[in-house]
Amino acid sequence: MAMAKPIATTRSAAGMSTGKLAVWWLIASEIVIFGGVLAGYIMHRLGHPDWAYQAVHTNTMAGATNTFVLLTSSLFAVLAHNAAEMGDGKKAAKFLYLTVGGAVMFLIIKSFEWTYEISHGYTITASTFWAFYYTAAGIHAMHVIVGALIMIWVAGMAKRNVELQRVELIGIYWHFVDLVWIFLFPLLYIAK
Amino acid sequence: MADAAHAHEHHDDHHHGPTFAEKWLFQSTDHKMIGMQYMFIGMAMAAIGGYFAYAFRMQLAFPGMHVPGFGVVGPNEYNALVTNHGTIMIFWVAMPVLIAAMGNFLIPLMIGADDMVFPRLNRLSVQIFFVSALVLIASFFVQGGGFGGAWTAYPPLSSTPEYSLTPMGATLWVVAVALEFAAFLMGGINFITTTMNSRAPGMKWFDIPVVVWMIVIASILFMASVGPLIAGAVMLAFDQAIGTNFFDPNQGGDPVLWQHLFWFFGHPEVYVVLLPALGIVAEIITVFSRKKLFGYKTVLYTAFGTGILSFFVWAHHQFISGIDPRMANLFTITTLLISIPIAEMLFVYIATLYGGQIRLTTPMLWGLAFIVEFLIGGVTGIFLGASGADIYFHDTYFVLAHFHYTFFPIAIIGVYAGITHWFPKMFGRMMSERLGKIHFWGTVIPFNLIFIPLFVLGAAGQHRRIYSYEHFPDLATPDLQQLRVIATLALVTMLTFQVIFLWNFFWSMFKGEKAPKNPWRASTLEWTTPSPPGHGNWPPDEMPSVYRGPYEYSHPDCDDDFWPQDQPA
Amino acid sequence: MADAAAHAHGEHHDHTKHYVKIWAILLVLLVISILGPELGNQAITLFTAFGIAVVKAGMVVYYFMHAGDEPKYVHYFITTALAFMFLFFFAVAPDVMRHEGTNWRNDAAKEFIASEMAKHEGEHTGHDKGTSSGGAHH
Repeated sequence: MAMAKPIATTRSAAGMSTGKLAVWWLIASEIVIFGGVLAGYIMHRLGHPDWAYQAVHTNTMAGATNTFVLLTSSLFAVLAHNAAEMGDGKKAAKFLYLTVGGAVMFLIIKSFEWTYEISHGYTITASTFWAFYYTAAGIHAMHVIVGALIMIWVAGMAKRNVELQRVELIGIYWHFVDLVWIFLFPLLYIAK
Repeated sequence: MADAAHAHEHHDDHHHGPTFAEKWLFQSTDHKMIGMQYMFIGMAMAAIGGYFAYAFRMQLAFPGMHVPGFGVVGPNEYNALVTNHGTIMIFWVAMPVLIAAMGNFLIPLMIGADDMVFPRLNRLSVQIFFVSALVLIASFFVQGGGFGGAWTAYPPLSSTPEYSLTPMGATLWVVAVALEFAAFLMGGINFITTTMNSRAPGMKWFDIPVVVWMIVIASILFMASVGPLIAGAVMLAFDQAIGTNFFDPNQGGDPVLWQHLFWFFGHPEVYVVLLPALGIVAEIITVFSRKKLFGYKTVLYTAFGTGILSFFVWAHHQFISGIDPRMANLFTITTLLISIPIAEMLFVYIATLYGGQIRLTTPMLWGLAFIVEFLIGGVTGIFLGASGADIYFHDTYFVLAHFHYTFFPIAIIGVYAGITHWFPKMFGRMMSERLGKIHFWGTVIPFNLIFIPLFVLGAAGQHRRIYSYEHFPDLATPDLQQLRVIATLALVTMLTFQVIFLWNFFWSMFKGEKAPKNPWRASTLEWTTPSPPGHGNWPPDEMPSVYRGPYEYSHPDCDDDFWPQDQPA
Repeated sequence: MADAAAHAHGEHHDHTKHYVKIWAILLVLLVISILGPELGNQAITLFTAFGIAVVKAGMVVYYFMHAGDEPKYVHYFITTALAFMFLFFFAVAPDVMRHEGTNWRNDAAKEFIASEMAKHEGEHTGHDKGTSSGGAHH
């Protein structure tokens, strides 16, 4: 980067690095966003016994596989952090690329899942259940995509042992994305 | 948190100075420049919002007339004007100037840092904000015109193009608001992280100036409350554009959900804009009464208390939309309770002034006006907070006058207070005191002449969001119509006086008397830099350290009547 | 922001085995939550589905995100954000989740639900044992 880091960025009066502090704030604001979506869904679901007839058509196996994929990708993310802490940038980058692989797998499974559902008439306008389903999972998927892109960028630097502290930061974000899915999965696929 | 911009940046390095384009056209990452960009966009949007007010008030005073400079205001135009007036003033004037402009400009300077912690994220946020303003303006020119469903955008009116009659305008409106939210979420992370982490050595939590605290608390409140509404905005946009039915009860949705999503944010939002304005006033009254703040910790704790309590009052906007009366009781109690911490803060300010050596400069006049006018606004809120009285008052001009008596001090008086106070630091020149005082009186007196008649009209039963009262015989009487005319003429007068401010502002920027480092003899850190500060604010090896609190005026141990924070004991 | 290379002098131990163990536990929990509905009891399904979700979430937050190592104020941000979400849910649900209350009824919603229930009568739902996907089309 052509620009030097400001002195401000290097200070830690609150006892934590600036980047990490910022990521935790980001997580807090994302909790409220996803909380709003999920709270809205839960309220409707509890008041709509008729949605059981719609919800039955979600693909539990696809959902479960995706949960497995995300949990495993979280493992890779924390192993990347582990490697970065030990100063091994190349290994950290490798694990980050594996995490991105998990993200891609998640998105592929989801595409098949949604294609099947849409082609069978369960579109976003078919019922408000499906509207919530696609909106909630869609906003989540957007976060997966953005996270994967940032992760590729961080891995590129980590490979050269540059800015290794960012491995942990993107990891924290990634675990949050995993956390949202940990709640979406039972809501959309199990508690039908 | 990282941004994806890998732009080649050759700005403000030791190599060569920035070109005009680099400095002004959204390429600078300097917090002072970004703050000014927010300020100028906010000022331009204020002109648009004021113009809209002019047009619809002319319609109300002289129904059916061709409004000079606008044309005839039909019912659809009227709805779009009032909707966008409100939307612009809150999201594109109050928030950008009070939080983004003041916050960006002041926070690093007041805490002794050389910039925000994430300068490129900062730049991205102002770029997105600029785009959001363009999207909103675009919505006025598409087929059907701008959205006219009120700034509260209740569905099904807002979600159904057949009802709103503004198929594209409504969606552009939602997109513009969503972009604005994104810009402020990004900005907020910068303000909070910078304040927490980048303070000068020696600056403890309770040495931070009140305005910085207030902007940080406001950013936290914003972040915590906007989440559900972002979810709601996505749902509304989908209802509008794709035909989902999140808010259609006939298809399994619920319009009341939108109301709650909106007001869960909407109420904390008013404190998001109030707290920074209160902070600006705190800075000004201490400087110009040469006294320390009467209760720094009190102000701080009441600000926290107000912030938390603000999450428990929102349904007072929904008293008559069918909520359970027992819920209404609960929200009445919390609403009346929240007036206490704010009154407390105003008492602290009055106690700060008492016994001080008052200097009635232009910023001080604005600060005092804030206290007086906001008191009126706050007191009238008590009537509205009582759910029984609100059954009558809801949706009348009484509500409107109440919130203008609170919002105007926040968004206009607070803004002018901040601009006149920190102009010397921003531009290195002094504004004209004479023009400043003329502008002050020409704004504040007409302001009262606009809204006192509106209280009377509201008490007489005049409902909001109606473009003409010709068909309401009880409301079309000559004496009530006369009040409408008075209010409109007062508005036109007030708008005319703003030209004086614009003249003062732009002329002083180039031709005003050169400002010293510390023209007001204030003790906070921003006044230890040159006017205007250079890139990095202080030379890197001369970054300040802090030895005392921010308001040590007239201290017995100090010879001078102010004791700068960065002077060793 | 200290470069993590400073830790390269063997200070940081390799926690790989620990993380893999946590991952394995998470997978076991996942399997249990999937099998829950097979028992056909709604209460058990909800308990396994959401109870396990909470436990999994806690484990990810504590072990993967190292939230336990962060200063106290991080705990406050997160708990406050969660608290606001609960506040939002419990304050709004009475209006949105229920379709009648003191002095009000949501007839549109009730009619819609009634007509939907009639339309799908006889179809199985996820509550039926062992038939959780690929249900009947309408």
